[in-house]
Amino acid sequence: MRVARTELYAGRALLLGLIAITIVPFVSIFTTALYPSGSVPSGLGLPADPQWGNFLEAFSVANMSALLGSSVFIVLAVVPIALVISTMAGFGIGLLRIPGAGLLLLLFVFGLTLPFEGIITPLYFLARQMGILNTRLAIVLPLIGLFMPFAVFWMRAHFANMPDEISEAAVVDGASTWDLFWRIHVPLARAPMASLGILMAVWAWNQFLLALVLVEDPTQRTMAGALGAFQGHYATDIPLLCAGTILILLPTLLVFIVFQRHVIAALLQGSVKG
Amino acid sequence: MTHAADGARPSRGAPPATDSAARRRLDRRISWTLGIRRQTLVGWLFVLPALVMYGVFVLQPLALTVQYSLYRWDGVGPATWVGLSNYVTVLSEPKLVETLFNAFRLVLFYSVIPVTLGLVTASVIHRVASGRLGTVSRTVLFLPQVIPLVAAGIIWGRLLSLTGLINQGLTAIGLGDVARAWLGDFDTALPAVGLIGVWVLLGFCTVLLLTGMARIDRALFESARLDGAGWRQEFMAITAPSLRYELGICFTVTVIAALAAFDIVYVTTGGGPGNATAVPGIQIYILAFLERQVGLASALAVVLIVLVLIVILPIQRLSRGGER
Repeated sequence: MRVARTELYAGRALLLGLIAITIVPFVSIFTTALYPSGSVPSGLGLPADPQWGNFLEAFSVANMSALLGSSVFIVLAVVPIALVISTMAGFGIGLLRIPGAGLLLLLFVFGLTLPFEGIITPLYFLARQMGILNTRLAIVLPLIGLFMPFAVFWMRAHFANMPDEISEAAVVDGASTWDLFWRIHVPLARAPMASLGILMAVWAWNQFLLALVLVEDPTQRTMAGALGAFQGHYATDIPLLCAGTILILLPTLLVFIVFQRHVIAALLQGSVKG
Repeated sequence: MTHAADGARPSRGAPPATDSAARRRLDRRISWTLGIRRQTLVGWLFVLPALVMYGVFVLQPLALTVQYSLYRWDGVGPATWVGLSNYVTVLSEPKLVETLFNAFRLVLFYSVIPVTLGLVTASVIHRVASGRLGTVSRTVLFLPQVIPLVAAGIIWGRLLSLTGLINQGLTAIGLGDVARAWLGDFDTALPAVGLIGVWVLLGFCTVLLLTGMARIDRALFESARLDGAGWRQEFMAITAPSLRYELGICFTVTVIAALAAFDIVYVTTGGGPGNATAVPGIQIYILAFLERQVGLASALAVVLIVLVLIVILPIQRLSRGGER
């Protein structure tokens, strides 16, 4: 590498600085979470007697087990359904190229820029009318719909790039459309489907607005939605709030660390594919 | 593009002239069309479930938003037709106009700063940190992108509070006078919220631009360096032009994040102090669910949707035009 020494050091210093700015907030709430409940912590250091019990307390006052259950339910309901129907649609539009495919794609793509706030008000009345307000379904069903633009767009990009020869060979061998989809193309689409699944899981887990508006009981919400309620109740008890925040973001952090390459690649490919 | 599946084809023989290759492609396409693609109905069945969910839970509410926006309605009683007067209110009442302005001020923080800084960071990683430091920076910078925005808001709400780490740091270096409740001060609340956005979005921009840079032919950099190009020349002549597409995506994603900001603002300031950080998302929520002015909230929602489209479409056009 022909890179000047000063540039090398300046560059590394910049990176280390940015890493520090990213990490310090996490460290800060972690140490804060260990201060005695109700006290006002200062600095970045650990308190003299770390109160590990704060995590237990936050776990129970936030009703964390119910919350975890609720979030897992929402993710498990949203992701598989959204994944299957968007893969089918992507196949129809991108590979079968049904008449009107271009128009359909445009219709879905239009939804890509739609801010959730734009439709949250009618969604509330719609959910009320359907009798699902304040149930998890009020989050699950709209979320599936709201994921469709991105998910269909994503899967279509995969199918549109599949060489015709694969399908042709299968059709010559007498495969039906369903066989072509299920036996040939779904197995080949595993990688983009996995990425899409992880992305949608993280988005569902982190969804706040729908949870806030459509479900009143925090234990029926997503993790992020529950955190909002938790903050409302414990805004004054800083160590407890921090402990609760850590517990709530821990699962996403773990998923990220485990699937790190996948998540990053997914998010990026998703935006580049267009 | 040639794919591995080429092996399944009969041998090509002599390298075909371009038009005969095209003809063969065409033949193939025709036979393929006569086969399964003919089954329009089956094809539509594949798209139907996604279309239904999208239609019922996105397109229908979208139409309803437009409809509501033409009425005065408290969400319970009867609605009164008021024509476009809600739109007039949205575009003339100072409080609501300020909301729209705030959204654009946030664009500076959510979009301009992360993309610019991301560009610098990515090229630094690309040039001087191809090894472990590069990998670690990528991963770490990306972290804020995966945690709930609400959590980011709570964390920073803490750091920026009167007794928070930022003020402790300022006091420690003798700048105690500047210390304040950053999110509670009329002058600093919006920039403070914006700063949280920078923290969240920087990693996304950096990593995305970095992938773009990795795609650029290495030989270009090699020859530029052989010619003695420095960071600046290399950046202006090779990196930036090659990244037009990635830059387009960065701007698209971050501008939407700015105009449609909600989570962070909701947990840190709730739109306050006064109206200082009220953005359209927050205002829609307040109008619709706290003040029960469903019509007005819907008009603001329509304005927001249109605004996003107006800003995004030129970005898309710029970043794609001329390519392919």
